[in-house]
Amino acid sequence: MRRAAVLGTGQTQHQTRRTDVSMAGLCREAIDRALADAGVDWPQIDAVVLGKAPDLFEGVMMPELFLADALGAAGRPLLRVHTAGSVGGATGVVATSLVRAGVHQRVLAVAFEKQSESNAMWALSIQPPFTAPIGAGAGGYFAPHVRAYIRRSNAPEHVGAMVAVKDRRNGALNPNAHLRQPEITLESVQASPMLWDPIRYDETCPSSDGACAIVIGDQAAAEASERPVAWIRATAMRTEPTYFAGKDHVNPRAGAEAAQALWQAAGITDPLAEVDVAEIYVPFSWFEPMWLENLGFAEAGHGWKLTESGETRIGGRLPVNPSGGVLCSNPIGASGMLRFAEAAKQVMGRAGEHQVAGAKTALGHAYGGGSQFFSMWVVSETPDS
Amino acid sequence: MNPAVAVIGFAQAPCRPSAGTTSGVETLVPLFHQALSAAHLDRREVDFWCSGSSDYLAGRAFSFVNAIDAIGAYPPICESHVEMDAAWAFYEAYVKILAGEAETALVYGFGKSSAGLLRRVLALQLDPYVTAPLWPDSVSVAALQARLAIDAGVVTEQAMAEVAARSRADATTNPYAQVSGQPTVDELVATPYLADPLRAHDCAPVSDGAAALVLAAGERARRHREQPAWISGVAHRVDPQGLGERDLTTVPSATAAAEAVALPADLDVAELHAPFTHQELLLRTALGLGDRVRINPSGGALCGNPMFSAGLARIGAAAEQVMTGQARRAAGHATSGPALQQNLICVLEARS
Amino acid sequence: MDTASAPPLAAPLDIAFDYTRSLGPVLGRFMTGLRDRRVLGARTADGRVHVPPLEYDPATHTPITELVPVSPTGTVTSWTWTDRPLDGQPLDRPFGWALIRLDGADTALLHAVDAGARESMRTGMRVRVRWAAERSGDIRDIACFEPDSGPPHSPDGTTSGAPGTNGAPAAGADPATSVDPVIGIVTPIRLSYTHTASAEESRYLHALSEGRLLGQRCPACRKVYVPPRVCPADGVPTEEEVPVRDHGTVTTFCVVNVPFAGQRLEPPYVVAQVLLDGADIPIPHLIIGQAGDVRMGMRVAAVWRDRATWTTTPENIAHFRPTGEPDAPYESYQEHL
Ligand SMILES: [Zn+2]
Repeated sequence: MRRAAVLGTGQTQHQTRRTDVSMAGLCREAIDRALADAGVDWPQIDAVVLGKAPDLFEGVMMPELFLADALGAAGRPLLRVHTAGSVGGATGVVATSLVRAGVHQRVLAVAFEKQSESNAMWALSIQPPFTAPIGAGAGGYFAPHVRAYIRRSNAPEHVGAMVAVKDRRNGALNPNAHLRQPEITLESVQASPMLWDPIRYDETCPSSDGACAIVIGDQAAAEASERPVAWIRATAMRTEPTYFAGKDHVNPRAGAEAAQALWQAAGITDPLAEVDVAEIYVPFSWFEPMWLENLGFAEAGHGWKLTESGETRIGGRLPVNPSGGVLCSNPIGASGMLRFAEAAKQVMGRAGEHQVAGAKTALGHAYGGGSQFFSMWVVSETPDS
Repeated sequence: MNPAVAVIGFAQAPCRPSAGTTSGVETLVPLFHQALSAAHLDRREVDFWCSGSSDYLAGRAFSFVNAIDAIGAYPPICESHVEMDAAWAFYEAYVKILAGEAETALVYGFGKSSAGLLRRVLALQLDPYVTAPLWPDSVSVAALQARLAIDAGVVTEQAMAEVAARSRADATTNPYAQVSGQPTVDELVATPYLADPLRAHDCAPVSDGAAALVLAAGERARRHREQPAWISGVAHRVDPQGLGERDLTTVPSATAAAEAVALPADLDVAELHAPFTHQELLLRTALGLGDRVRINPSGGALCGNPMFSAGLARIGAAAEQVMTGQARRAAGHATSGPALQQNLICVLEARS
Repeated sequence: MDTASAPPLAAPLDIAFDYTRSLGPVLGRFMTGLRDRRVLGARTADGRVHVPPLEYDPATHTPITELVPVSPTGTVTSWTWTDRPLDGQPLDRPFGWALIRLDGADTALLHAVDAGARESMRTGMRVRVRWAAERSGDIRDIACFEPDSGPPHSPDGTTSGAPGTNGAPAAGADPATSVDPVIGIVTPIRLSYTHTASAEESRYLHALSEGRLLGQRCPACRKVYVPPRVCPADGVPTEEEVPVRDHGTVTTFCVVNVPFAGQRLEPPYVVAQVLLDGADIPIPHLIIGQAGDVRMGMRVAAVWRDRATWTTTPENIAHFRPTGEPDAPYESYQEHL
């Protein structure tokens, strides 16, 4: 298979309301930074892939159409991906395939969400006829599964709060992060309001405006780059239905099978030993231990032990979300691409204050829907294992 | 280095003014069976699934998620979705196979266009700052393009009616068509304007429907289908949207896509996704299709335009022409956005 | 009623939200101009003036910074006619849509023309802005255009003829330096849909209107689904009808303490996954009983609303209540978490 690499990444300053920019301006803030980071100019871009979560969030049907010109896509191929919360990752995977297929030499992948144009909770709470009005909100969907995880794994109650403390402190090292809370403590998280029991306020992601962009190039483009690139060793996507009899909401098979396929394609046999840093989609703190198990970093029921023993902090065996992750910035459609981009930044040595020393191999992970859409990639500083 | 890729199966639901559930699941289940049995493939043998649909058609976020139930996606599958006509899902699947990441793929598009007031819903595709707040409907936007083309002498109302008459006559043999008949051009031009200079026959009907298409690589395609429709090229491009920015009488994105696939002059058939009669005429010029090329033997989108699957259905109809031996070489085209903003072209051929 | 042959149920689904759009520098100045009765165009590197403005130069991809005034009068480059205006359109009587190139601009703007009759519309006709009486910095500050017989206006807004009712732009500071610039707009979006349920779901809803819970068994995996549907694991419709009890077990749950947009209940409340006896998939529902006492494994029963109010809706069941039976063992529901 042909090789592909991340040549550069860019992201916005994420915050609750970016009242200073239009949708085009938000995207271009990330795109212009990605092009500069990649050392690539507009004529070198062959195609644009745009990812975004539901159109109802911005109230624009297929916004890539009106944005085509501002995104630099006019006269070029333009694709719009939508795979729910995993879309930022899926967009990176689609762009990678375009390069691996030999169709293009350099592809610009962009993902954004301007949540402040409306209210995501409203858009997600639209109740079709013939259903009972028992909406519980985004956290209410996942909280029962967190409860089931705690019951199944016998994890101590403070593990969720530990994740929140770690990620928010990491976010303080990331100048782009929406929430930056260097002073946060276990006690303050545990004292925050219980929103969706067992999920507390400080254990939930914010609602952010933001965008992310990645320039992906083929082998020649990567070798021509003057700066280090992140070689894409493997990508994987898997899907399962939202609900079905026997669905495992805690450890979904689609996620586990995506991870198995990913590790196999990347030639990784012991992920915990061979992966130096992981950017995992954790919108509620407890999903860190849950996904550690789902991804094969820990046996089922044991993921929380990695978190509790501090191994997922910067400096631990497997730093998870050194950028602060989704718990610090959540422009929904871009959140997955941010995980992919942050993984690339780590192996390119361009993660600044949240750089994990010596990171050579990194995981980027995203999920969406009812824990049913998974997209992930492994990037390394060298093309082969 | 890249494998050859072919279409080996296609199925579509009949285009109807109102049919099926908002979710599309019940329509898709039998469709998958038909497309897969045409391809002699079991659903467990599909390496990659890809769909195209729109949340605004259904009026709710994540509407495509429910449709996955129709697949029977457990054990889990490789799957993706575009918020575009499924012709672009077809492109994504084609690339997956080219890249060697899949050997077989099933592509589907669906939508219940009749769930809302379609021409008003489509106003939300326009610039949200300076245009959409005025709610220009999609028929009026097409009419502005038609008038520009008439004023420029590129099309005439007579030629537009000829397109409608030919399409409806062809659709009489297409059981999936929603509109068909044998009107004369004189009868058509005598009807009142719907949105001057467009008359009812110039506009595609509002159609509920769905389509599914199966792709396979090289040897696999040969094994499953006697006469696969081999893809000799697929390309797509987008133009800037601004309706007063670009020359609406030309379709640069279609021309660029045709150049990218080196659209052959000796096509037997072209299935063009033209929801308005004048758009077919503009596309024929933009694509450089001569008079010898048979246009839309299915009747085209003018006789059934299920949003988000009509473009894929054009590729499917072109592929059927090749798979059934009626054409040696055929092209399928899809469009998206207002006034032919985005265009995709796929060339299919028989190989011995 | 013969529910088996009844047509699938359908019902209205209306969605409405007032979207709040931030504008950025270019669109912000454009909208500020409209509020002050000035139309501004964006000048690209090639010297062309774009109305409506572009935010980025299509050739150089650089942000556009130069906005220049254009005239409130212009020429129709294309048009069509609307006999029956739709909700939200600029006029509620028959009107023309037109592409209008304002004097001083190189591109055309889409807007409405209040021409009275189709016969008054033609390509090349002269039109002028009719300003809205109250302006907030929004494209609808241009109420519409109207036919104009006067001489062309110069871009600075002065006219050689008598001013019309909407006259020349208000004198004032350049919008770029306005003390009260427009930074956002509010766009209401209201859409009406008809939502159509499946035949299986319709049978389930009809049964509910008779106080029954109806499940269906998947012919492939033999699992019982409530409500009936296409089995998501097998992709085949469930068939054999199986009555399901309105008693069940809480598999897992969440206490909702937080208010959020679109919410229909007042917090706090408990939403649980309830595995009905005889079903193989839990349904989400409310548990009302001893507050703070909901547990995984708790046995619950449906509390139906007054029979007189029953219709084809799941709302016939108000909530579930604890039955007081011993909790179900974990093993009995662990496969449903
Ligand atoms: Zn089943």
